[in-house]
Amino acid sequence: MFKKILIANRGEIACRVIKTARKMGIKTVAIYSDADKQALHVQMADEAVHIGPPPANQSYIVIDKVMAAVKETGAEAVHPGYGFLSENAKFAEALEAAGVAFIGPPKGAIEAMGDKITSKKIAQDANVSTVPGYMGLIADADEAVKISNEIGYPVMIKASAGGGGKGMRIAWTDEEAREGFQSSKNEAASSFGDDRIFIEKFVTQPRHIEIQVLCDKHGNGIYLGERECSIQRRNQKVIEEAPSPFLDEATRKAMGEQAVALAQAVDYASAGTVEFIVDGDRNFYFLEMNTRLQVEHPVTELITGVDLVEQMIRVANDEKLSMAQSDVKLHGWAMESRLYAEDPYRGFLPSIGRLTRYRPPAETESYSPGVTPSAPVVRNDTGVYEGGEISMYYDPMIAKLCTWGADRAEAIEEMRLALDRFEVEGIGHNLPFLSAVYDHPKFISGDMTTAFIEEEYPDGFEGVTLERGALARIAAAAAAMNRVAEIRRTRVSGRMDNHERRVGTDWVVTLQGESFTVTIDADHEGATVSFDDGSNHRVESDWTPGQPLAVLMVDGAPLVLKVGKLPGGFRLRTRGAELKVHVRPPRQAELAALMPEKLPPDTSKMLLCPMPGLIVKVDVEVGQEVQEGQALCTIEAMKMENILRAEKRSVVSKINAGAGDSLAVDDVIMEFE
Amino acid sequence: MKDILSELEARREDARQGGGARRIEAQHAKGKLTARERIELLLDEDSFEEFDMFVAHRCADFGMQAQRPAGDGVVTGWGTINGRMVYVFSQDFTVFGGSLSETHAQKICKIMDMAVQNGAPVIGINDSGGARIQEGVASLAGYAEVFQRNIMASGVVPQISVIMGPCAGGAVYSPAMTDFIFMVKDTSYMFVTGPDVVKTVTNEVVTAEELGGASTHTKKSSVADGAFENDVEALAEVRRLVDFLPLNNREKPPVRPFFDDPARAETSLDTLIPANPNTPYDMKELIHKLADEGDFYEIQEDFAKNIVTGFVRLEGQTVGVVANQPMVLAGCLDIDSSRKAARFVRFCDAFEIPILTLVDVPGFLPGTSQEYGGVIKHGAKLLFAYGEATVPKVTVITRKAYGGAYDVMASKHLRGDFNYAWPTAEIAVMGAKGATEIIHRGKSPEEIEAETKHYEDRFANPFVAAEKGFIDEVIMPRNTRKRVARAFASLRGKQLQNPWKKHDNIPL
Repeated sequence: MFKKILIANRGEIACRVIKTARKMGIKTVAIYSDADKQALHVQMADEAVHIGPPPANQSYIVIDKVMAAVKETGAEAVHPGYGFLSENAKFAEALEAAGVAFIGPPKGAIEAMGDKITSKKIAQDANVSTVPGYMGLIADADEAVKISNEIGYPVMIKASAGGGGKGMRIAWTDEEAREGFQSSKNEAASSFGDDRIFIEKFVTQPRHIEIQVLCDKHGNGIYLGERECSIQRRNQKVIEEAPSPFLDEATRKAMGEQAVALAQAVDYASAGTVEFIVDGDRNFYFLEMNTRLQVEHPVTELITGVDLVEQMIRVANDEKLSMAQSDVKLHGWAMESRLYAEDPYRGFLPSIGRLTRYRPPAETESYSPGVTPSAPVVRNDTGVYEGGEISMYYDPMIAKLCTWGADRAEAIEEMRLALDRFEVEGIGHNLPFLSAVYDHPKFISGDMTTAFIEEEYPDGFEGVTLERGALARIAAAAAAMNRVAEIRRTRVSGRMDNHERRVGTDWVVTLQGESFTVTIDADHEGATVSFDDGSNHRVESDWTPGQPLAVLMVDGAPLVLKVGKLPGGFRLRTRGAELKVHVRPPRQAELAALMPEKLPPDTSKMLLCPMPGLIVKVDVEVGQEVQEGQALCTIEAMKMENILRAEKRSVVSKINAGAGDSLAVDDVIMEFE
Repeated sequence: MKDILSELEARREDARQGGGARRIEAQHAKGKLTARERIELLLDEDSFEEFDMFVAHRCADFGMQAQRPAGDGVVTGWGTINGRMVYVFSQDFTVFGGSLSETHAQKICKIMDMAVQNGAPVIGINDSGGARIQEGVASLAGYAEVFQRNIMASGVVPQISVIMGPCAGGAVYSPAMTDFIFMVKDTSYMFVTGPDVVKTVTNEVVTAEELGGASTHTKKSSVADGAFENDVEALAEVRRLVDFLPLNNREKPPVRPFFDDPARAETSLDTLIPANPNTPYDMKELIHKLADEGDFYEIQEDFAKNIVTGFVRLEGQTVGVVANQPMVLAGCLDIDSSRKAARFVRFCDAFEIPILTLVDVPGFLPGTSQEYGGVIKHGAKLLFAYGEATVPKVTVITRKAYGGAYDVMASKHLRGDFNYAWPTAEIAVMGAKGATEIIHRGKSPEEIEAETKHYEDRFANPFVAAEKGFIDEVIMPRNTRKRVARAFASLRGKQLQNPWKKHDNIPL
């Protein structure tokens, strides 16, 4: 076995590889750029080599620099992680030339699968199902109908030169095919000056399902089940799970066998992933093969009990697979949520800065990759730490939170609680959005396609609105928490003897525009909160004032709240909802109800500063008419220049900031008429 | 007998009605609560004891004798906030627009005298159209009587003003002499002369909100210490502030049970200081991570943001915090920040509240506007305030402590009790480059660069100061809470007296 390996990557995946290497008794070498001097992977590795400035194209993906680090440290093998050099055949070649093992597939396999057309051709030759289509020129409408029938409806008729939906038609019948062909052709001619048309199968209700394969250098190959990755935003995967709630055993077997056949057709030897698109009738078609360890590999590890990184290292060390296909058993259900430093309330804009608070939920101690779980598991693959910096140079993904349960429902419930317990402050992040998806009825039923986010959140994400039942539980918890906080306030020194304040039992809780009138009956174990409609909730908790995370039991079921302060109240966050909560005695609530509702100022006619930064220049003047998309001003933040553009046609009425001003988030830069 | 008792009830009921249902409704329609409703929100439930409910004015001019409502436009008395005694007056806009008459002023003076005598804070809720014109000079005399009492009470009991409606003309000078002024957004304003007079005299056209609204006074003029969305929120936050304050200058600051480990380590503080010395960071993160339960009551949050002032608790006891804020103007001292911090330091010293100073200061802000504005004397206020303060003083230098600003920020030389520095601290006369250019004037740029490096190696650290004993200890950032809490714990018995004087002559 290797004595020392170098991990040519950073962030969570570098940490992930180091963990398994350490378990196997292999020393590890990290590489790092200027931006990663204090990064977690550097702290975890036995050695670390500096390889250049922050941009990846001057550090992590410069083959010569990585090779120099390999030579300098005497590493015997290199794990490339994902991204960066992981699917770079030249890198594999350079390692081979230097006599260093590449913990990945042979370079021929990387090359063959790296090209979309070649890989599709190889797949067809290996009898792997590909999206049926006709690539040649189509003479007339009759031929179009004939081809459509051969492919099978529905079909997509597309202009060769097309893009942006122009010259594209979907046809379900001969007639539609005939019409679609003609109109596509006309549109293509007028739009692109090129009327060539082709036809391919239109995949309805597409789902992204991929097969994990594992092959050694001795001709053995197995598949480790599938992962469903249909929850994507602009082709960026957000939530993955294994197995897929959609596949049956027969489809799984067919897909798995085809995936292995494809891998073997290119003499694959390592872990790899074959991606398929699957339609509503469980027809599946090959998309592409990723010749590396996939980001979402942990869900496969959780349901198979296989440590994929370990297997990759063993295969690279020329070992034979220790298991056959018949040894692969899928056990339970696993979910993965990708935590991105992206602000869901600002159109998922990347957010950078200091992690002032970063407390992931506790990981299950008895679990590590390679273990088959028997009780619910929480696993968090991370590359950051509290007090660390999220820079703009790399992927905005900062952690992968995984849960395992005996079945899908249990895995989902574990995930909901784990997300609620995950504390991240200082940067914008997508935790609320992730929580929202796990409570979405379509997701819960497993009925999703790759268009899920686009269809369910067409106008972006604005937080979760909770239904009254859920609010009542939170109101009960808030009332009990508030009581504890108020009682503590009465214990301040300097009180007037015998005239102390007595904290009452009757309260009104307002949150999310609803109000609940409650009576608290507290005892040593907790409190019973009765509502004026006769219902009640039992709240138990060891929360003390000031704790930012409250873990409560409400009617025996867990409720996890992130607790913040508001003037005269609490800011509570749970399940993707952000609530302003006030708990007041009835008379005070009565007076509070007299207060006018203040609407937030209308910012639609303002340009707000999206990030803290320095104005480099202002491109427009007062009175100037600006067009949609026109540059308005440039802001420098973290050494990067960001151009802010007009969202719609308008006239500048006021400019509040000039070059050289340093602004905070939401400062008004200019106003429009 | 029964009739006599019910007569009392009837009179009380009449007094409680203030200006009557119609005016109460109008008050509510403006988004404002009545004087009595505000007292209900401010004080513990059922704790209010009223004085002078039946006082009526004595004016006989302009037909005023026909209208003599009980209480005369102000509700006064005492009650408790979380069981601690406070005195309160609340002007009733529904009675003669809350205008101040001779008797109205006498009611206020009565509770102020009692507050000073009995050692409890005074909280004034202002909602008044101004002087009772019909009474003329008697009303002006009333103001002055109140002013005199504000002055006598200053430094004896905390005085808090909550502006919840108009407060104009001479009326502003009573709040102006109290310790804290809070305003309600959109429904309160303060000015010496109103928009109409301004228009006549200077031809400026300005709205009441622009001239003296909450935004103006919290951001521009610094007259107000904070602003809140509405009456309910404002009074809840005043209660929260009172929890931090001692009742008078003879008492120690309050202590309450806390649920936070005084030894709590914060590893993330080890990376708070960025690698580049010119990169800002948020000093408030340090304040929140030091404080019990992360609870920080900020004073003058929106003014002179290059310095942060406010209250926290350590081991349950109130501590005043003054901190340079590198996020704004690199945390430098200037006229505004010096004035803001000086006033805060003097409040803390007056009421025996220990002071924690967090230092990252590159110096005083240069420029003609500063010099012409008198930064020399304004900067001296902070220096003076720190130097005269006899309360426990603990200082932590996180990064820069350059030049005269180092001396000012509660340095050892100004009787700092504990002066700690993080390993990232740089205590020097000025930045390395500037210093080298002076010491090595006339040398080539290359030589200057080499000498700058040499200067940095020698002085860009806390150890030169530590060698001289100006820094008591260099501490790990992560352990700051523990070290600071222990320092204050050790100072609980501190006794220090300045020489007897009638009073000092701070450069006002």
